[in-house]
Amino acid sequence: MTWLWSNLDLVGELILVHLALSVPAIILSLVISVPIGWLAHRYRWSRGVLLSLCALLYAIPSLALFVALPPITGLGLRSPVNLVIALTLYGIAVIVRTAADAFDSVQPEVRQSATAMGYSAAGRFWGVELPLAGPVLLSGLRVVVVSTVSLATVGAVIGVQSLGSLFTDGFQRGIQAEIITGIVATILLALALDWLCVLTGRMLMPWSSPRRSRRPALSDVRSIEADPA
Amino acid sequence: MNLLFDAIAWILDPANWSGAGSIPQRLWEHVSITAVVLVIASAIALPTGALIGHTGRGREPAVRVSGGLRALPTLGVLTLFGIWLGIGLTAPVIALVILAVPPLLAGAYAGFESVDRRTIDAARAVGMRESQIVGKVELPLGLPIVVGGIRSATLQIIATATLAAYIADEGFGRFIFQGLRTRDYAEMLGGSILVIILALVIDGLFAIMQRLVVPAGVRASRTRELRSRPTRSRAVVGQPITEGNQE
Repeated sequence: MTWLWSNLDLVGELILVHLALSVPAIILSLVISVPIGWLAHRYRWSRGVLLSLCALLYAIPSLALFVALPPITGLGLRSPVNLVIALTLYGIAVIVRTAADAFDSVQPEVRQSATAMGYSAAGRFWGVELPLAGPVLLSGLRVVVVSTVSLATVGAVIGVQSLGSLFTDGFQRGIQAEIITGIVATILLALALDWLCVLTGRMLMPWSSPRRSRRPALSDVRSIEADPA
Repeated sequence: MNLLFDAIAWILDPANWSGAGSIPQRLWEHVSITAVVLVIASAIALPTGALIGHTGRGREPAVRVSGGLRALPTLGVLTLFGIWLGIGLTAPVIALVILAVPPLLAGAYAGFESVDRRTIDAARAVGMRESQIVGKVELPLGLPIVVGGIRSATLQIIATATLAAYIADEGFGRFIFQGLRTRDYAEMLGGSILVIILALVIDGLFAIMQRLVVPAGVRASRTRELRSRPTRSRAVVGQPITEGNQE
């Protein structure tokens, strides 16, 4: 505890840095995944290809991806952007799958009624399909929030600052309190962002009953799929 | 792209294929630590998961534990055990087991749970004992999902074992950290490529295994389903309609 009190500034600063790494990655992966997931849902031929690509991507160990990205992106190894891109890729790998499932979960009758009422393809997507796919999409997003926040710490070993720096620094200097602080801070940050997602979801999608959004995310179906560490 | 060629040259360099810390030795370390961790974690998680899935009891805590552990940063767990237990393989093995349990547990209970309740009732009705229901009905039917859990756990172990080279002298991850220290990017990238290949190969093997463990009965009904699906394209590419000219 004494370590924490005397290093409160450092921890606070690292939390902000950590947010700057993980929040853009989470938002980007959501924005990119929704159209891809819709494609996978809409065309049968693309489903297999897209979902297998995502599964392959997810199989790549994170540290290896962090190291392998710079020659492709042209960025430096220690560039935070490099890490954000890697985290975004992992996020995409998870959300595309959920997004495809989410659009599948919209009943065909509902889609047909919308068309019959005169919705254009785009209007139907924004006005009917997306909102109805929302709750399932949210569950995928929550998984990504937690795993991204946790995964971002790995960047510390190649020199990208984050809450993970508390692990590397604590390990090198043998300070147990520093590592524990890092673990607790990372978990709390993940839970806080997760909670924020649930809250936003409830505001944007009041129709999804509170019963159904009763904390499934951390433990939902996807928990079978582990993080790429 | 030059960097990539350097890395491939590093992988193909005969000097890296023999002696201490060579590629085959690191591969062996990586694979054996993955296997050891997988066996220990499976011994803990699979029976527990099977029991939860079979009885339906203790589901909530299991879900919460396997969910909550997701948020646990792997690097934090590794470094913490690293300073507790010092150098050597004990620290990474324990840390890796802790991190591998959630996906295994989730796969096991999801697999056993996925079996249709009516099938189990039927098995009980024809006089099967509980142990027979578990072994002859639930296990074969749930096995694809259980193997799915083992698959993601294995990938997770391979990935985390790479990271574990930060606290111990083992596996392909050593190349990454060595290269990082000596500013030898070719070695880092070479090591990363090796890890990626290893992960993808193992993933492919599990994908095949996951198909093979589907019981024949289930597979039979699935094939029928495929065949009965109306294919619209056939009408288009099928026999051209011949007009007139009919005898």
